[in-house]
Amino acid sequence: MNPILECNGLTKTFGPKKALSDINLKIGQGQIVGLLGPNGSGKTTLIKIATALLTPSSGEIQISGMKPGLGTKKIVSYLPEKNYLNDWMRVRDIIGMFKDFYEDFNPEKACDMLKRLNISADDRLKTLSKGTKEKVQLILVMSREAKLYLLDEPIGGVDPAARDYILETIIGNYNPEATVLISTHLIYDVEKILDHVIFINEGRLVLSSSVDEIREQGKSVDGLFREVFRC
Amino acid sequence: MPWELKPDRPIYAQLVEHIVQMILSGVYPPGSKLPSVRDLAKEASVNPNTMQRALAMLEEDGLIITHRTSGRSITEDSEMIRKTRTRIARDQVSEFLEKMQKLGFEKEEILSIITEMIKEVRG
Repeated sequence: MNPILECNGLTKTFGPKKALSDINLKIGQGQIVGLLGPNGSGKTTLIKIATALLTPSSGEIQISGMKPGLGTKKIVSYLPEKNYLNDWMRVRDIIGMFKDFYEDFNPEKACDMLKRLNISADDRLKTLSKGTKEKVQLILVMSREAKLYLLDEPIGGVDPAARDYILETIIGNYNPEATVLISTHLIYDVEKILDHVIFINEGRLVLSSSVDEIREQGKSVDGLFREVFRC
Repeated sequence: MPWELKPDRPIYAQLVEHIVQMILSGVYPPGSKLPSVRDLAKEASVNPNTMQRALAMLEEDGLIITHRTSGRSITEDSEMIRKTRTRIARDQVSEFLEKMQKLGFEKEEILSIITEMIKEVRG
């Protein structure tokens, strides 16, 4: 199986601070992967390098054999941790924008999901609550037929019911050939849907394992995380 | 039947058990069609890959049959369903017997307790 994402000696420093140090990693196709680590462990840095928003200090990252750039942006659908929707836009405008930007965007799928949330195409984004905006953003990202979805903290800011909705959206739109990488520290909520987990701490890779392997040892991912990251 | 999943055992194994229970209890009668992997995964809120793995195991056991074009259905072989039911019952009883032995009960004592309790239940 060709890896969809591969890191070789990936290192990123910000001045004297090492955000990532010597990460070696391979992620295969057709999986839901959890990128797990405490706050400040390097999760977002790793995702930002994969989306070409940051460049590595040394080492490299490859997506489907390519360096992050124009080619990879066509196949990677990215949900940043921040809200980037323009408040003056209507839902219809943002759908139009995604359609213009991404060849693989499926507007019917997006409209259908928005309808189910009772969000109208005429709604102005500034009238939506924070949680609803996050859902809209996720719907846009999941409506692309990408090969790799990079979701940075998709469930961080929302209530438990909305969390369930978001996880259902991820499962429901998941294409078995695509890989979904979810970064989060809310492990208990996501562990049911993960195939594979990656633990990182202080910029280092601590563990990369299938979830079944962890559970076959009679442990939950949440339990193992607490063991590994005991303060 | 709600899908209750324990955090410290592989999910696919728990899904297999749950689906077997649904078959034995008649939620999915012999010969009936199973929902798609995606729908089942959504219902149980698990990863479709995991559901796929569980269904593949049930298929290997012969309880589920995959049709090339029309999805999956439960076997019509009621003998096989009956055997599965007996196997699960035997597993449960042997677990029970082990516990009773740990409590220091002899075979005859166990039997007499069971007989007594069955009478009580019948009222």
